Amino acid sequence: MQMQAVNTSRSTAGQAGEVVLKVEHLSLDFRLRTEILHAVRDVSFELRRGETLCLVGESGSGKSVTARALLRILDKNGVIAAGKMLLAGQHGDIDIAPLTERSPELLKIRGGRIGLIFQEPMSSLSPVHTIGSQIVEALRLHRRMDKKQARAETIELLRQVEIPNPDKMIDRYTFEFSGGMRQRAMIAMALAADPEILIADEPTTALDVTTQAEILDLIKRLQISRGMAMLLITHDMGIVAEVADAVAVMHYGRIVETGSTDDIFHNPRHDYTKRLLGSTVKLEQNPRAATRAKPVASDRQPVLSVRNLTKVYGASKAWMGGSSFAVKAVDDISFDLYPGENLGIVGESGSGKTTLGRLILRTVEPTSGDVTYFGQGEPLEVTKLNKRQLKGFHRDVRLVFQDPFASLNPRMTVKQVIGDPLIVSGKLHGAALDRRVGELLELVGLDPAVMERYPHAFSGGQRQRISIARALALDPKIIIADEATAALDVSIRAQILDLLLDIQKRLDLSFIFISHDISVVRYFCDRVAVLHRGKLVEMGSAEQICTSPQQPYTQSLISAVPHPDPRHKRMMHRTRFTA
Amino acid sequence: MLEHTYIDEAPEAAPAVTAIRTSKPVKTAVAGPWRLMWAKFARNKVAIVAGVIILLLYLIGLFAEFLAPALPDTARPQFTNAPPQELRLFATDAEGNSQFQLHVTGYTMTVDQASLRRSYVIDDAQVVPVGLFVKGAPYKLWGVIPSDVHLIGPLKSSDTMYLMGTDKLGRDLFSRLIHGTRISMSIGLIGVTISLFLGVILGSISGFYGGWVDLVIQRVIEVISSMPTIPLWLGLAAAIPLSWSPITVYFVITLIVSLFGWTGLAREVRGRFFALRSEDFVTAARLDGSSERRLIFRHILPSLTSHILAVVTLALPTMIVAETALSFLGIGLKAPVVSWGVLLQDAQNVRTIATAPWLLIWPSAAVVITVLAYNFLGDGLRDAADPYES
Amino acid sequence: MLSYVIKRLIYMIPTLFGMSLIAFAIIQLPPGDYVTSMLASMADSGQNVDPAQLDALRQSYGFNDPMWLQYFKWISGILLRGDFGYSFEWNRPVAELIWERMGSTLAISLASLVFVWAVSLPIGIYSAMRRHSVGDYGFTLLGFIGLAIPNFIMALVLMYFSYKYMGQSVGGLFSPEYVEAPWSWGKFLDLLAHLWIPIIVIGTNGTAALIRILRANLTDELNKPYVVTARAKGLPEYKAVIKYPVRIALNPFVSAIGWVLPELISGVTITAIVLNLPTAGPLLLRALISQDMYLAGSFILLMGVLTLVGMLISDILLALLDPRIRFN
Repeated sequence: MQMQAVNTSRSTAGQAGEVVLKVEHLSLDFRLRTEILHAVRDVSFELRRGETLCLVGESGSGKSVTARALLRILDKNGVIAAGKMLLAGQHGDIDIAPLTERSPELLKIRGGRIGLIFQEPMSSLSPVHTIGSQIVEALRLHRRMDKKQARAETIELLRQVEIPNPDKMIDRYTFEFSGGMRQRAMIAMALAADPEILIADEPTTALDVTTQAEILDLIKRLQISRGMAMLLITHDMGIVAEVADAVAVMHYGRIVETGSTDDIFHNPRHDYTKRLLGSTVKLEQNPRAATRAKPVASDRQPVLSVRNLTKVYGASKAWMGGSSFAVKAVDDISFDLYPGENLGIVGESGSGKTTLGRLILRTVEPTSGDVTYFGQGEPLEVTKLNKRQLKGFHRDVRLVFQDPFASLNPRMTVKQVIGDPLIVSGKLHGAALDRRVGELLELVGLDPAVMERYPHAFSGGQRQRISIARALALDPKIIIADEATAALDVSIRAQILDLLLDIQKRLDLSFIFISHDISVVRYFCDRVAVLHRGKLVEMGSAEQICTSPQQPYTQSLISAVPHPDPRHKRMMHRTRFTA
Repeated sequence: MLEHTYIDEAPEAAPAVTAIRTSKPVKTAVAGPWRLMWAKFARNKVAIVAGVIILLLYLIGLFAEFLAPALPDTARPQFTNAPPQELRLFATDAEGNSQFQLHVTGYTMTVDQASLRRSYVIDDAQVVPVGLFVKGAPYKLWGVIPSDVHLIGPLKSSDTMYLMGTDKLGRDLFSRLIHGTRISMSIGLIGVTISLFLGVILGSISGFYGGWVDLVIQRVIEVISSMPTIPLWLGLAAAIPLSWSPITVYFVITLIVSLFGWTGLAREVRGRFFALRSEDFVTAARLDGSSERRLIFRHILPSLTSHILAVVTLALPTMIVAETALSFLGIGLKAPVVSWGVLLQDAQNVRTIATAPWLLIWPSAAVVITVLAYNFLGDGLRDAADPYES
Repeated sequence: MLSYVIKRLIYMIPTLFGMSLIAFAIIQLPPGDYVTSMLASMADSGQNVDPAQLDALRQSYGFNDPMWLQYFKWISGILLRGDFGYSFEWNRPVAELIWERMGSTLAISLASLVFVWAVSLPIGIYSAMRRHSVGDYGFTLLGFIGLAIPNFIMALVLMYFSYKYMGQSVGGLFSPEYVEAPWSWGKFLDLLAHLWIPIIVIGTNGTAALIRILRANLTDELNKPYVVTARAKGLPEYKAVIKYPVRIALNPFVSAIGWVLPELISGVTITAIVLNLPTAGPLLLRALISQDMYLAGSFILLMGVLTLVGMLISDILLALLDPRIRFN
């Protein structure tokens, strides 16, 4: 294994940040029941003051574990097999690798010289302590302060991370904060002791696009103003392009390529880097509009019509006499779906997009409005169907779920899972059933011989294929995909989308594609509807929505999406929307 | 400026691992839930041992008449409160030669001059020959098959073989303990079946339908589980008329004990139903067109079965202990029925225990070993119950 | 917070009602009534009884009333006048007999609860933090054994050892010389000397169960992200564990009172019978055997109420401990 250097005639002038942390040939092993997993192998990189290094990779690449190793917070079965982690100090470098739990140097480094931000702020902050007490604790650990000073400093920190009313919020509990605010509080806590290095482990993966942009913006500003070095761990190439100065690409524990952001994006050398970039860039550069075989005939009659659909939660009064507030999850939405069309429903969390999908299927009962289905000759008023008719409707309109692990019954074989709708409808038995299941498996790109296996033998992408096969079992006309690619790795995502497009061509289906991911929607959909807080804010062709949105909310949403090209940063110049 | 470097190799296909030991490749791809569960369970050696012990106990209960050297009711008044006789393999005769002769040590009788009370002391010199498959007191196996062969017993029918000593009426504790095994172990089994029935049905209804049905059943469960069990058991057991036959009493005691045991199972089932109801694969099955009934039996219940098994196994010892406690206090089973609790009745006061500790030790040991074994087994089942959680 | 407490109190009412029904059912369960057993004992001693006199007796005691009327009279007596009925065997109102006994039952139960908590908390934390260590295996084994031995058997065994090796006069809460004596330091020490057997016996089951629960819950919590955050902050391990996951793992620990308390009261009952302690247990048993039903029923009802109060307290403690419960 050799590291090849690429000839670059780039000047070395510019910010030559001072090296704060040097990782040399780090290797981490995890002892499992039957084998030793070499999670990280011979990894080396440097962190410089004022610069951001992004560690990029998919799941299983070892990037998170590397970050934790820097603070020596590995699981009990993990060991540092080799290597050094040298932290620059006044009296020479400190090697973090040999430090143990009992050494006071390690406790000083943790939080004091290296701060860590996690992915899930809800579960990363204590649910039973106030935000203030957690930050005060960090302050008093590393900076000699008494209670009063610490409290004042905490309020100041909360102000720096742009939390409104910091003097009141300091005494609130974690669950009283929203997702973005919790992450800000987490940042405040990590910065409390004024560390030189900030490690952010997927800090925005659990956040909405617009919140993500705000948080990344904040982190970048704080980094520059405090002169910190940052190690950002992510799987999203868009974020890398927008935020990173240097990139290291990890694959199964090794750094397969490293360089400046521009080098990696515009001159990738390793096949895996190319593959990673390929999947991301493909979504950006191949919108459906450009690749579609035949145009959508919008003069035909729609196959599904939604009119004034509304869902209100919690409108009943509590029995103790107090009135409880009502939430309009879906507010007066109307649209049409044409045959052979892919309609995208885009929104952030709380926009009502998932509820909309459930309302169409009537797994949740609408408060008011109509859903009319035209696929069976006579128009069917879905909201008024009885149980038997609803079953018929569910044969024509099928759902693909988000979580490939939860949507397949682990106790049933693939044949039983895919065959269940066929058995229930009584149409096929025995050998005919087996044949049909085999056909469906081939259709989704799996070998029919796997039908005797159980779901736990398959990867996430393969399970999603099984899920799709199940949805196709009854020859549906419409498929509702509820965040069907959100839980998959980037490289698998494009494959599944291509599979769906291929199936659509063969079977003449229509799709309702619910997602929060703009680039996926652009790749897959003909028209897009944008939802915000239950209302339909804008609707138009995918091209138009993604390149020239008209409504202010849509503009803020589109501009906040990170663009995987470091030469054309979009997120950093985004427009902001205030409700 | 940062150097642009890369590895000049094709991307790998899988994570790097070093196998520690070559384990038998379990074909997990085609292994169904029960296979996986068994594989996980089998790794727990303690649970396997516990399972074997329980199996043995049931076998002992099944063949009690054959295994016991004497009948449980045979009383020999000359041998009241006699200490246990040791079982030995080799006998030394007068010349000092030892030869293989299965035997027990005999008794020497001493009479206390002051109180004129007889007491027996073990005398090593005395050899009482003992054999396997001997002819002994006649019995009917399970009340049907007549026989008089006992697995082990004295060669001469007038000899005594009290491996665990005797009680105040001169009855062989060992034989009584074996017969008691049958009653005590079976009460647990029957009791738990009733609890299972009630618990699974009510828990499923409660968990599946929710709403006010759930509320009502929840309240009932709360009332029943809030009451301290022993006072309730005492109350119910004391109400049994003395005139009822031992068999009827046996069934009523079982009923009482299980009447308050089903709440734990119902709670567990209800909890899991709630959790599973909102799982994606259940929603998918519903959208596939499954009827409610099919949803319950084909999709939800199979996920529950292993948990139910674990909970039931852990509930069994409570039943056994309950019956033992009630009989011990004198309001459960009574003579001529023999259970461990009835045996412990003889060990109620300190003076008796002080002079005849075996009356306390052996029945207690039986109870403790059984409860321990069930707990280990149940724990092992519970750990293995969900083979899919990482 | 206040609305939470009030809601819990209101939820208690149907449960209390259900309990009183059960207690009443038990009172009525044995065939016949006190008059019947009185008749039996009188017939034994050869006395003749006039049936008309018996009927008048029944009337005055209210045994001829329909069920629901009897229940109503009984309950209203308790709620309005504190009148728990009459004990026919002891010839005194039940209220006089039960309070002292319930008091000592409560005292021993509480003492056992404190014992259970005090022992299981440190052991549970240790076991979770040092999983699969020698100490953990040792405690787990002890725990299993403790769970397996029913408390009356343990009482018997301890009684035996204490008698044989320490010559202690077992049974009762006080040695003969201190029973009637006024309170003094010596009496208190004597009480402790007698109390340790019952408390260990009663508490062992609960201790073993709570250790297992705490160990399992704490182990789950220790793997959660907020613990990693605490360590990443630079907190030393023991501090990080005690301040954060232990606090959360205490939730099931505190709510365990809900089922530990009925178990403890049960345990007190049967242990008291074996060791002859002056608590509710022995008296209850006697009352049941002699069909002195008002005494028996009142005991059962009060024990149930005691448990409910304990559970209410545990719910309140839980709400104090966990702000998430308060805010919902």
